[in-house]
Amino acid sequence: MSDAGQGAGAVPAKDERVKEISGLRKALIRPELGAIVGTIAVFIFFFAFAADSGMFNAQGILNWSTVSAQFMIIAVGACMLMIAGEFDLSVGSMIGFAGMSIALVSVTLQWPVWIAILLTFALCIAIGALNGFIVVRTGLPSFIVTLAFLFILRGFTIFFPQLIERQTIIGGIDDAAEGDWLAPVFGGKVGGWIFDWLGSIGAIGVFERGTRAGEPIVDGIPMLIIWALALVAVAHVILTRTQFGNWVFAAGGDAQAARYVGVPVNRVKILMFMFTAFCACVFATCQVMEFGSAGADRGLLKEFEAIIAVVIGGALLTGGYGSVIGAALGALIFGVVQQGLFFAGVESSLFRVFLGVILLFAVILNTYIRRIITGER
Amino acid sequence: MTAFDHDPIVEMKDIEKHFGPVIALNGVSFDVRPGECHCLLGDNGAGKSTFIKTMSGVHKPTKGEILFEGKRMDFASPRDAMEAGIATVYQDLAMIPLMSVTRNFWMGREPVRRVGPIKFMDFKTANEVTMEEMRKMGINLRSPDQAVGTLSGGERQTVAIARAVYFGAKVLILDEPTSALGVRQTANVLATIDKVRKTGIGIVFITHNVRHALAVGDRFTVLNRGKTLGTAQRGQITPEELQDLMAGGQELVALEGSLGGTV
Ligand SMILES: Nc1ncnc2c1ncn2[C@@H]1O[C@H](COP(=O)(O)OP(=O)(O)OP(=O)(O)O)[C@@H](O)[C@H]1O
Ligand SMILES: [Mg+2]
Repeated sequence: MSDAGQGAGAVPAKDERVKEISGLRKALIRPELGAIVGTIAVFIFFFAFAADSGMFNAQGILNWSTVSAQFMIIAVGACMLMIAGEFDLSVGSMIGFAGMSIALVSVTLQWPVWIAILLTFALCIAIGALNGFIVVRTGLPSFIVTLAFLFILRGFTIFFPQLIERQTIIGGIDDAAEGDWLAPVFGGKVGGWIFDWLGSIGAIGVFERGTRAGEPIVDGIPMLIIWALALVAVAHVILTRTQFGNWVFAAGGDAQAARYVGVPVNRVKILMFMFTAFCACVFATCQVMEFGSAGADRGLLKEFEAIIAVVIGGALLTGGYGSVIGAALGALIFGVVQQGLFFAGVESSLFRVFLGVILLFAVILNTYIRRIITGER
Repeated sequence: MTAFDHDPIVEMKDIEKHFGPVIALNGVSFDVRPGECHCLLGDNGAGKSTFIKTMSGVHKPTKGEILFEGKRMDFASPRDAMEAGIATVYQDLAMIPLMSVTRNFWMGREPVRRVGPIKFMDFKTANEVTMEEMRKMGINLRSPDQAVGTLSGGERQTVAIARAVYFGAKVLILDEPTSALGVRQTANVLATIDKVRKTGIGIVFITHNVRHALAVGDRFTVLNRGKTLGTAQRGQITPEELQDLMAGGQELVALEGSLGGTV
């Protein structure tokens, strides 16, 4: 029998059944392809139909970038978690809960805003850890466990402000945040001098009259966008380049196989639940700082929007496969379509039709590509 | 047979394993020496998988002891057993089809480059070693990024075996590596087993195919309903006797008439 194979170290002949794959094809066959094609299609569409609506001037770009960045922040968390093989349906409720927590601590208790923010982050990440702990301990589907938290957290978010303040919207956070050192990290703007300069050379519009005459219409990049880009970059590098990233893929690809070779699957999954909670909390904090208020109905349905962006981005619903860049592009598609239809003056209910079509189209393309890459049948 | 000049690497004594009311193993003794291929045979449900899972730290034996290089061992996890040098290629492979060959090969033991607190995976080294180790086993990969799902069954087995050998296994446990393979791929895997054995690694080869066992085995132990029916050495047993032993004796004799000795 031993002569059936080649001797150790011998180089077997080149396999005649392996077709040479062209560089172009190789560059194209990637998990994000569906999202890349979708993004290009969406931009072409709006260039064609809404170019003169102001969608692509400085203010317009800022508008859809901000909305896309919001989607991106929660999509990054959902993407990492989905690749690790789990879902979090409590993201939307967590957003409402976190915002209300900041409001109650800073406005009702009158504590400094930075303490309110840090406390809220600690609380939300702890709830994320609890979600994860219950999932790995009981072996229940995360779908069910986090569905329970969807209701629990939303319930508290409505109950506490009503109990304490007799209302479900709490304002005055902007006043409380005045002079706070941490609040601008979420609600501030950066790069104002670039826009001053752009305004002065006439590259972007400036106010013609009023108290702000001569100032550029866009006076900085919101921290929200910086957070989104930073989260995407960090998550992408961790997922694709680090040991931990390999464990995330392994935990979602086949938890049992990963355990056999010593991957700490439970720890990885719990950490991903905590990361998702962190992302939801970043979203909530930015939103609260922007509006200056917290509302009990904030974040409704956000979990599904995050999951849709992730799926458009090429991730596999059952875990083990996906891309953060893809999810970010999915979020961009989401934001551009939502705001673009508004700019184009299209009836806003058509947003859903458009989104459904893109979702279907991207997912079909993704499934096809994934089969080529992974040999799935 | 040179293998018998050595002491066993792993010795399992009177192992019992109960799952609640189910007695999966009822006093099984077994050992494996460096450079030998010890085949573990038995029908479906005989307890083969349960037995090797006990050996590799997945299950704790209800009773009995495990000696590794003469010392009593108490593996708390598969990781412990792996670190001691017991590597297992499971029936269900422990490979993730969606992930690349390199990612699978290094899973759990990634080569890292530290930058501050972050452990980056050293893909250059990882890819090179993977390609080289697969080449040694006679498989030319298209690319180390290729997903395991695109490999054939035999190639996947080979990745799993190459991985175990590379990480310094002293004992390699193979749970039915040939059960889903065609003739050629089976021959390749058997050749790989032979190659690995010659490097001085002890192999536990589980199968219910007598011909595959006889092709590479040095010793044969037959399990039946959680008990050993005995151990035989190469040359001391005919294929027919082994076949009979596996089926528990009588039944097959009766069957043989109607099938004309084709089993
Ligand atoms: N985790 C478990 N809980 C309860 N019973 C189990 C468990 N694992 C195995 N068993 C039982 O132990 C017996 C032996 O199973 P095992 O998987 O070891 O058989 P096997 O010899 O590997 O069979 P096959 O050739 O089909 O792989 C079976 O009756 C099985 O149902
Ligand atoms: Mg088995």
